[in-house]
Amino acid sequence: MSPRAQVYILALILAVLGAGLTIYKSSVLGFPLMPGAYRTVWTIEAKVEFLAEGGPAKVALALPRAQRNMRVLDETFSSAGYGFNIRHDGDDYRAVWSRREVEGRQSLFYKLQTYQVAGEPLTQPLDFSTDVRKPFMGSREQEAVGQAINSIIERARVASSDIETFTSQILVQLNDSGDQDRNMVMSHYQDSSLADVALYVLSVAEVPAHRIRGLYLEDDRRRLQAEELLEVYDGSEWIAFEPRSGSPGVPANFFIWQRGGKSLLDVEGGNRSSVTFSVIANDVPARTVAKKMTSREKDALVDFSIYSLPIEQQSIFKLILLVPVGALVVVFLRVIVGLRTSGTFMPVLLAIAFIETQLVTGLAIFLLVVALGLWVRFYLSRLNLLLVARITAVVVTVVILMGAISVISYKLGIEQALMVTFFPMIILAWTIERMSILWEEDGPDEVLIQGAGSLIVAVLAYWLMTNRYIEHWTFNFPELLLVLLGAVLVLGNYTGYRFSELLRFRQLVR
Amino acid sequence: MTRHNPWKQRIKEFFSSWLVSPAELRSYGVLGMNARNIRYIAHYNDRTRYPVVDDKFKTKLAARKANIPVPELLATMDSQAGRKALLHTIEQCEKFVIKPARGSGGKGILVINGRDGDLYVKPSGVRVTTEDVLRHASNILSGLYSLGGKPDRVLVEAMIDFDPALADYSFEGVPDIRIIVFRGFPVMAMLRCSTHASDGKANLHQGAVGVGVDLASGRAIHAVRHGYRVDRHPDTEMPFDKLVVPDWSRVIRLAASCYEMTGLGYLGCDIVLDRKRGPLLLEANARPGLAIQIANGGGLRGRLKMIESLEPEQFEKNVEERVRYSQLIF
Repeated sequence: MSPRAQVYILALILAVLGAGLTIYKSSVLGFPLMPGAYRTVWTIEAKVEFLAEGGPAKVALALPRAQRNMRVLDETFSSAGYGFNIRHDGDDYRAVWSRREVEGRQSLFYKLQTYQVAGEPLTQPLDFSTDVRKPFMGSREQEAVGQAINSIIERARVASSDIETFTSQILVQLNDSGDQDRNMVMSHYQDSSLADVALYVLSVAEVPAHRIRGLYLEDDRRRLQAEELLEVYDGSEWIAFEPRSGSPGVPANFFIWQRGGKSLLDVEGGNRSSVTFSVIANDVPARTVAKKMTSREKDALVDFSIYSLPIEQQSIFKLILLVPVGALVVVFLRVIVGLRTSGTFMPVLLAIAFIETQLVTGLAIFLLVVALGLWVRFYLSRLNLLLVARITAVVVTVVILMGAISVISYKLGIEQALMVTFFPMIILAWTIERMSILWEEDGPDEVLIQGAGSLIVAVLAYWLMTNRYIEHWTFNFPELLLVLLGAVLVLGNYTGYRFSELLRFRQLVR
Repeated sequence: MTRHNPWKQRIKEFFSSWLVSPAELRSYGVLGMNARNIRYIAHYNDRTRYPVVDDKFKTKLAARKANIPVPELLATMDSQAGRKALLHTIEQCEKFVIKPARGSGGKGILVINGRDGDLYVKPSGVRVTTEDVLRHASNILSGLYSLGGKPDRVLVEAMIDFDPALADYSFEGVPDIRIIVFRGFPVMAMLRCSTHASDGKANLHQGAVGVGVDLASGRAIHAVRHGYRVDRHPDTEMPFDKLVVPDWSRVIRLAASCYEMTGLGYLGCDIVLDRKRGPLLLEANARPGLAIQIANGGGLRGRLKMIESLEPEQFEKNVEERVRYSQLIF
């Protein structure tokens, strides 16, 4: 295979690999393709309170499980003085706090961070029990209630075609305060919630059902009680109902805490226990969410990436990852445009310095240092020095110039000039040396051409490297470097004319 | 859509006054830098053969072995310790050239063509001291002019006593002949005449005149300075249309024989004409520039393609046959 074909195939493989990894990271791992994307992260805090009786106490709180439309980012437990562990039994997860001797009011906290993603909230099928325990309704005082319930069921059955519509009908009737049967039933079960009554009625109708506990996610809510939904088995799958509206499906902002009929909180050795919830929403950069998420799941792509480094090194890498972009600018301007620069990659280093100093300040300082340096260098060239010694002399001169510029401008109140320290001294010294040789050998015109060329490349590279999209992509999707590498390979194979050659050879064609 | 669009027209006119379209360049067969690097240099020039041409000292040794005449080497210096010997050599010469062995683009060449007491006189008339000359030598040694700043070697060559036939076409310097040799076949030639502006150096971008030379006859066909066509030498006022390179058949044969000497498929040979010794190989170049196309007023591409399309047995030919073939077709 010819080298040319190899280059194209290799470039294609690199591009596909880089683009594929990027697409995977953005669509599966949720890294945002565009900078500045935010996600709403909900912080839910459950507060368990009880009055301890003085002896051993044990508190068990049901914990929410992962849901398909909710991702859990982080969980924290506060357990001052308590032994703590998490027990799970099948689908039921519980946080258990325990202590040998405790007295007085106790507060325990469980905090969870979650964010919503697209998807159905409930998974099917679930192996919940579909047994129905039909309640005993034989006693005398229950006779009237029993009749009212049967009447409700009868009317619902007539007005429905299957379990789903039947359940809807029952809930609509239980919410209709003008209905005599319903008022009868509700007054009998005064202490029970609507969901309790609905479950009771459904069990009489022999429909398998249980409750779902959870919260409506709304910003800045405190001391919320757990809300309840119903879940009904229609013979093949479970359908959730909002009991007040009677409509099927889980409401969009409902966070499911617990499915199934078990208790939410068990307290042994205490009384007057309660669990309340508070909810806060924060807008967090989507990347932070994705990073946190994947670091929990230990995705290899993320675990062995720059994100696993300490924050300080990450910020260094943020800069390093921009260097290839600058180098690509150099390749492009050299191969396609044909711009002459002084030192191939010097402009990239200049662009990095510009990132720190801002463009205008950087350009001004650079021109000042080089101009003064060239002036000193012309004198040095008359002193018969050996090359290395002379360059060292230029380096020292550059350092002195940098110090002088800093001090003088600081005294004059121009603080931007302090940025001079961001310029790489050795690069400045070499630039001065090269420029001065160029001046002696090829004249000032060539110095101007190459100097301007270098500055154009540096400014273009700076402009690209500070572009917020490019900054975002290089840091969050370093695999795009493979695409860049492919592009460089293809550029390295370009045999067409350079733009400058269209200028250079124009006399030849005339 | 043939509707007249004044803006489009104006933009087009603006650009076409400055630039030529790539299609037009292609139709003239102009070889671009990228195509030269990939299609010819990377393809036909073996990296291992580069040192022979990149180091002028090695070029001289190889030329001697291949019986190719070169300017006489008076002295070399590869460390500061050689200063004394160098001094001893140059004190006895009236005319000499100091150059770096690995210089590129004519950089670092110091030409001395006369003495004024203890001072040395450059072609431009500027006088320099012995110290200046030695400093130049030590700059060369420390790699100031070499590619990548590697330590270098100083060569001191005898000044060419150049052929008077060309004297009128060159000001303060030696005219040299650049011939591109592709796979042993000379494909294009030009004469570079120094001017006052080029400080006696035959560098086109410093203002020397490039004269395209017909491969068959050695006759000038086209002359260019700073990219523009000229008819006369700017300093000597000599018309170029009368110019014929003397001893042309020897010149072109010498160029073709450099292929065997260097083993490079795409090669630029720089040749000077000495009054007594005839054509001498000044240096060879593995990355010859493209300005020769401007000097000749034509592209290289077609000629290179023609050589590439030859039957394999054509490349078995000897120098004589190759030169004859080139003179026939180009």
